[in-house]
Amino acid sequence: MRIFRLALRRLAASLPTLLLILVGMFLLLQLAPGDTVDALMAQMGGGDPALAEELRRFYGLDLGVAARLGQYLLRLATLDLGFSAIYGKPVATVILERLPPTIMLMASALSFAFFFGLVLGVIAARRVNRWPDTLISTLGLIFYATPSFWFGLMAIVLFSVYLQWLPAGGFSDITRELSGLAAVLDIARHLVLPTLTLGLIFLAIYLRIMRASMLEVLSLDFVRTARAKGLTETRVVARHVLRNAMLPMVTLIGLQAGTMLGGSVVVESVFALPGLGRLAYESVVQRDLNTLLGIVFVSALLVIAINFLVDILYARLDPRISAES
Amino acid sequence: MTGPTRRETLLLGAAALVPASAVAQAEAPRRGGVLTVHFATEQRILNPSLQASTGVYIVGGKIQEALLDLDAQGNPVGVLAESWESAPDGLTHVFRLRRGVTWHDGRPFTSADVQFTAMEMWKKILNYGTTLQQFLTEVQTPDPHTAIFRYERPMPQGLLLRALPDLGYISPKHVFETGDIRQNPANTAPIGTGPFRFVQYERGQFIIAERNPNYWREGMPYLDRIVWRVVPDRAAAAAQMEAGQILFSPYSSLTIADMQRLGRDPRFEVTTRGNEGNARTNTLEFNFRTPQLADIRVRRAIAHALNVPFFIENFLGPFAKVGTGPIPSVSTDYYPGADVPQYRFDQALANRLLDEAGHRRGAGGVRFSLRLHPAPWGEDIALWSTFIQQSLQQVGIRVEILRLDAAGYLRTVYHDHAFDLATGWHQYRSDPAVSTTVWYRSGSPRGAPWTNQWGWVDPRIDALIDEAATEVNPQRRRALYADFVRAVQTELPLWMPIEQIFVSVFNRRVRNGGNNPRWASSSWHDTWLAS
Repeated sequence: MRIFRLALRRLAASLPTLLLILVGMFLLLQLAPGDTVDALMAQMGGGDPALAEELRRFYGLDLGVAARLGQYLLRLATLDLGFSAIYGKPVATVILERLPPTIMLMASALSFAFFFGLVLGVIAARRVNRWPDTLISTLGLIFYATPSFWFGLMAIVLFSVYLQWLPAGGFSDITRELSGLAAVLDIARHLVLPTLTLGLIFLAIYLRIMRASMLEVLSLDFVRTARAKGLTETRVVARHVLRNAMLPMVTLIGLQAGTMLGGSVVVESVFALPGLGRLAYESVVQRDLNTLLGIVFVSALLVIAINFLVDILYARLDPRISAES
Repeated sequence: MTGPTRRETLLLGAAALVPASAVAQAEAPRRGGVLTVHFATEQRILNPSLQASTGVYIVGGKIQEALLDLDAQGNPVGVLAESWESAPDGLTHVFRLRRGVTWHDGRPFTSADVQFTAMEMWKKILNYGTTLQQFLTEVQTPDPHTAIFRYERPMPQGLLLRALPDLGYISPKHVFETGDIRQNPANTAPIGTGPFRFVQYERGQFIIAERNPNYWREGMPYLDRIVWRVVPDRAAAAAQMEAGQILFSPYSSLTIADMQRLGRDPRFEVTTRGNEGNARTNTLEFNFRTPQLADIRVRRAIAHALNVPFFIENFLGPFAKVGTGPIPSVSTDYYPGADVPQYRFDQALANRLLDEAGHRRGAGGVRFSLRLHPAPWGEDIALWSTFIQQSLQQVGIRVEILRLDAAGYLRTVYHDHAFDLATGWHQYRSDPAVSTTVWYRSGSPRGAPWTNQWGWVDPRIDALIDEAATEVNPQRRRALYADFVRAVQTELPLWMPIEQIFVSVFNRRVRNGGNNPRWASSSWHDTWLAS
C-alpha cells in the first residue's frame, strides 16, 4: 500500500514534465515541413489537389495549430490517445500491438547486458591489470565503439546467411503455424540476435562501470576488516563488495531504459521487428502526430515506472537510502 | 509500331491466357508452396481501387482484379472484362464482363460492382483515376454482364485500355455501399475476385493470402500461399533473401550494391523483366521564379554540364540508360525516338552559354549559387544530386543540397516553391496523358505534387497536351505526342535525362516470374515454385 501511494505521488510529480514533453513534441512537429497528407501523396505517387484538400479535412488538419493542440490535450485528459492516420485504428490499439516486442527486446537486452556486464566486470576487477582484465576491457571497448546496425547486419550475415542457425529477421516464423511451447521457442529464437545486438553496447558500459566500482569498493576499510576477520576471498566479494558496488549499476538501468527505447529503432529496423521504435520512426516520416504523441506518452510512462522500480531497488541494496526521502 | 486493332487485341487476349514464359513450356508447374515477398514500405490501405501505387498493387493486385491486365507483349488482355468495344467518337465504351465470377465472400460479381467502383472510387477517390475519369458521366448496366461507360468528352480507346490495368481494379459494391468508403475495414482486409484470398495482416510484420479455391481460371493458382514480409531495412532484406526467408524483392527495393552482388550469385536472378510497364525517368526540375533559371541559356548550360552517360556507367550500372525525353523508350506506342533536341555533355558550351547569359565568374570562380532538393526515395536520386553538385561546380555554379523526408520534400518543392533545382522520379504510367503531361500543363493548383509548379507557362504546349488527351485517332495522337516531346525538349522547363526500369530480384525457385510488363503488380495466378 505504501509503495502504491509512493507510485501515485511519483506519477503526479512527473505530470508537468509529461505535459511539457507532449506540447514540445507537438510544436516541434509543426516545424517540420509537410503534413500527413503530403506523406500520403508521396506514398500514392500523386493525386489531384481537390483530393488532398478533402483528405486534410478528413484528418482534421484544416484547423489551426492552437485548436488542434487544445483538442489533443482535452482528449488526453480523458485518456483518449486519438486515431492513427497511418493505421486507421485508435492509437492505443496500435501501441498495445507494438509494445510486447519492444518490452521483450528491452527486458532481454537489459538482463543480458546487466548479467554479463556484472560477471565480466567482477572478473576484470579481480584480475586487474592482468590478461583477463586486458582482454575483457579491450572487448568492451570494441563493443562500445561498434555501431549497432553494423553489428546486427554482421550477425545476420554470419548466423543466418552462412551458418543458417538463426532467422534473419521477423518476430516469429509466419510460414508455419505454431502454438504453445513451440511458439514461445520460435519467438525466443527470433529474439537472440536482436538481443545480442542491442545488449552488447550496454554490456560494454556495464562492465566498465562494474569494474571501476568494484575496484573502488575493494579498497575501502570494511573490506580490509572482512578479510582480517578471516573470510574467504569469494565470500568477501559476494557478500561485502558486490552489494556495495551494485549501486551505480542500478542507477544506470534507470538511465538507460529510455536510451534503449530509442536505440531499438535501429535494431528493430535491421531485424524487422514490429516494435515501438520503428512505429515512432514511421510516425515521424508519415507525420502521424497522434501516434507519435501516443508513443512519447507511453514511453515516458515506461521510463517513469522503471525509475520508480530502481528507486525501490536502491532502498533494498542500501538501507541508508530511503525511497521516500 | 502502332496500337493493335480491336480484333487483334481480342485475339491477343485469348492467346495470353496461356502462360507465355519459356520456362513454363519446358517444365510442368508444381502446385503448392509459399511465396515469400519483400514488402519494403507499408501502406495505409491495400485496396487498389482507391490507391494507385506499386506498394498497393504488390499486395492488393493478387486479391482484387482489374477489368484488364497486360499480356506478355504488353497489350491489354481481358481479366474481369471478356471483351470491349468503343464508339468511333470515343464517347461510349462497352465492356462485356466475365460470367461465373464470385467474390471471396461468395456473392456473384456483376456490372453493378463495376458501376459502383467506377463512379464512387475511380472518379472520386483513386489518385490518377480522378483525372482519367474526370469526364465520365455515367456507367450504364443494361444487364449483369455489360457495363457501358459514357463520357462527356472523347476518351481515346488506347488511353482507356492502357490505363485500366492499373486504374481499373474493381471492389465489391455490397461491401462498400454503406458507410464511408475510406474507413471501410475491407480497405486493409480486401475482398476481391482474385486468385488469392486475404487471410491476415499484422502491421509491421506480415500479410498473408491463401489460394482461392473458387478462382475462375480452372486449376489456378498454383501457390498455396503468399506471405509478404515487412522489411524496411534494405540491407537486412538482402540478407533475408540470401537466407531464403524472402524469395522475391520487387521494385528496386534492395541497395544498388546488393542487387549487383546478388546478380552474380547463381541462386538469384536480378532483372528488369516484368517491370517494363513501370518505367521511370530521373528529373531535373527548374524553378522559373529564380531569375537565372528563367533564362533558357542557363537551363541548357546546366544540361550540357552534366555527363549523363558517365554517371550511368559508374553509379547506376546496367539497369539505367540515357533518357531522351519525358516519354520513355518502353512506351512502344508513344516513344518518338531520340530525334528530338538532346543535350550532350559539353563543358565548354556550358561555360559559353553561362557567359552569354551574363553570369561572369566571380570570386573563387563562382558565377552564382543554387539550392538543390533531392527527393528522398531511391539511392539513385541521392547519387544523382551529388553528381549534379560536383558537375555544376566545374562550370561555376555553386550548389547547396538540401535533403528532406518525403512529406517535407513535397511541401517545400510543390507547395512552398522554395527551391531552385529539384530532382526526383517521373513514373510513366502506360500513357502520357495519365502520368506525364501534368508535369508540363499549366494551371495545376498550387501544392499538387509532380505537376507543373515551375512558374512556367507555354500556351502552345498546353494546347498540344489538351488536343492529344482527347484525340481518338491513334496515329494523330502519336504525332501530337511527338510534337509535344520536341517542344518540351527545346524549352526545357524540366529535364529527364535518365531512363530506368524497376529491378526485380528473384530466387530462381520462382517460376513464371516477370511474364508480363507489370508482373509485380499483376495477379500471379500462374506463378509457381520449383522444389
